[in-house]
Amino acid sequence: MTKIDSRRPESVLPTPSHTVGPFYGHALPFRGGEDIAPLGHPDTVTVHGYVTDGAGKPLPDALIELWGPDPDGNLPTADGSMRRDPASGGFLGRNGVEFTGWGRVQTDANGHWYARTLRPGARGRSAPYLSVCVFARGLLVHLYTRIYLPGDAAVLGADPLLSGLEDARRDTLIAAEEEDGTYRFDIRLQGEGETVFLEFQ
Amino acid sequence: MTLTQHDIDQEIAARHAAYEQRLADGGPVEHQPRRDYAPYRSSMLRHPQQPPVTIDVGKDPELVELSSPAFGERDITEIDNDLTRQHDGEPIGERITVSGRLLDRDGRPVRGQLVEIWQANSAGRYAHQREQHDAPLDPNFTGVGRTLTDDDGHYRFTTVQPGPYPWRQHVNAWRPAHIHFSLFGTAFTQRLVTQMYFPSDPLFPYDPIIQSVTDDAARQRLVATYDHSLSVPEFSMGYHWDIVLDGPHATWIEEGR
Repeated sequence: MTKIDSRRPESVLPTPSHTVGPFYGHALPFRGGEDIAPLGHPDTVTVHGYVTDGAGKPLPDALIELWGPDPDGNLPTADGSMRRDPASGGFLGRNGVEFTGWGRVQTDANGHWYARTLRPGARGRSAPYLSVCVFARGLLVHLYTRIYLPGDAAVLGADPLLSGLEDARRDTLIAAEEEDGTYRFDIRLQGEGETVFLEFQ
Repeated sequence: MTLTQHDIDQEIAARHAAYEQRLADGGPVEHQPRRDYAPYRSSMLRHPQQPPVTIDVGKDPELVELSSPAFGERDITEIDNDLTRQHDGEPIGERITVSGRLLDRDGRPVRGQLVEIWQANSAGRYAHQREQHDAPLDPNFTGVGRTLTDDDGHYRFTTVQPGPYPWRQHVNAWRPAHIHFSLFGTAFTQRLVTQMYFPSDPLFPYDPIIQSVTDDAARQRLVATYDHSLSVPEFSMGYHWDIVLDGPHATWIEEGR
C-alpha cells in the first residue's frame, strides 16, 4: 500500500497531512531560525506578531515558516539555513553572509513570534510578499498565508490576491508598520478577524 | 463530563459515515483530513471557519510559493539519519530501518530535499521537557533525524521502534506508534508534515488523529509496509514508506534541485 508504483499514475496519490503535535520543539526549531537576513544588511525588516485561536488565546506551540525573495525579487537558491557542526551535531546557525530566504520560528510561551529577514522584492504580477506556513497542535493540515508590507497603495491595489478580497479580509494580510523597519503581523486562526488562508491549485 | 473512548468512537464513526455518504452522493475523494475534525478536540478552536482563498498557480509562474527553500550537505551531519548513533551508548529498543521514496503527484522523485523525522523512544516518551508521560527517558536516544533525498528520491533512516503512548484528550486515550515526518518539495506549496504508522497497529480504530483521514485508502497510505529486503541481517527490521507530496508545483524541471 505504501509502495508507490510511479509508472502507474493512478497509484500516485497524495500522502495525507497530520498535525505537527505538541512535542516537536526538540526536533524542528533550530538556532538562528528566525534570523534570516544577513548580518547588518540595510534592507532588513523585522516581522513579528501573535498567533491566536478562536477564543483569542495565544498559541504557545505554533510553528511558523517564512519563505520569500530577496529585495530584487530573486528567489534564493542558497542552502545553509541550519548549518550543522559535524563535531557536536549541534547547529552552527547561518553564516551571516548568504541569504537562504527561509526561516522557522516557534511561538514563545506568550504566543509571540518574530523574524528578521530581507524586505521582499516584487515578482510577476504580485505585490511583494513573504509566504507563510503555519503548523500547530490541533491543526491537521498546515495553513498558508502571506505577509504583505504596507506602503505603496497602488502596488498593493494591483495585487491579484488582495484586489479580490473585501477590505476587512484583505487587511489581515497586510502587516502594520510600527517603528522604522518593524512590522506587526498577527495570525488569527479562527473567528473575528480571521486571517485569510490560501489554497493553491 | 468525562470524555470516554466510547464517546470518541461514536464521533469517529459518525464522521466516517458522513464521508461515505458524501462519496455516495458523488462527492470527491478526500485525500486530506478536514481541519474541523472535532473528534480530535485540539482542532476545535484552531481551524479557520472561512473557506481558504484559492490561488491558481497556472496564472503566474513567478509566485513565491512555486519555489522552495534549498538544503544541502552542510545542513545535515553524516550520522543524522542514524538515530541509534547520536549518543555514547546504544538506545534501548528494537532497531528498525525506515526507507522509501519522496515523489511528487506526477510520480517524479524529489531530489536533494530535506527530510526531517522525530519520534518517541521505545518506551513511548519524547525527549521534550513538557512531555509528562511517566515512562523512562532514554539517555541514548533523542529521537530526531535528518537526511537529504538522493537522485531517485530515496531516504533512509536507522532508528528504534517508537512505543505507543497515552495522551489526555479523553480517558484511556493512546496514540498508535508513529514517526513524525517533515518534508519539502520543489515548491513551497508541497510542504508536508505528517506521521508514519506501523502495520496492523491495534490502536488505529481508537485514535482520532489517524481517523481524521476519513478516506480508508488515504489512511492506509500513512502506514508503512514491512519489507524483509530492507531488514538488515543481525541488526534491524525493515519498513518501506513512500511519500507523495500534494500541492501543485512548477511544471518545468529545475536542474540541480
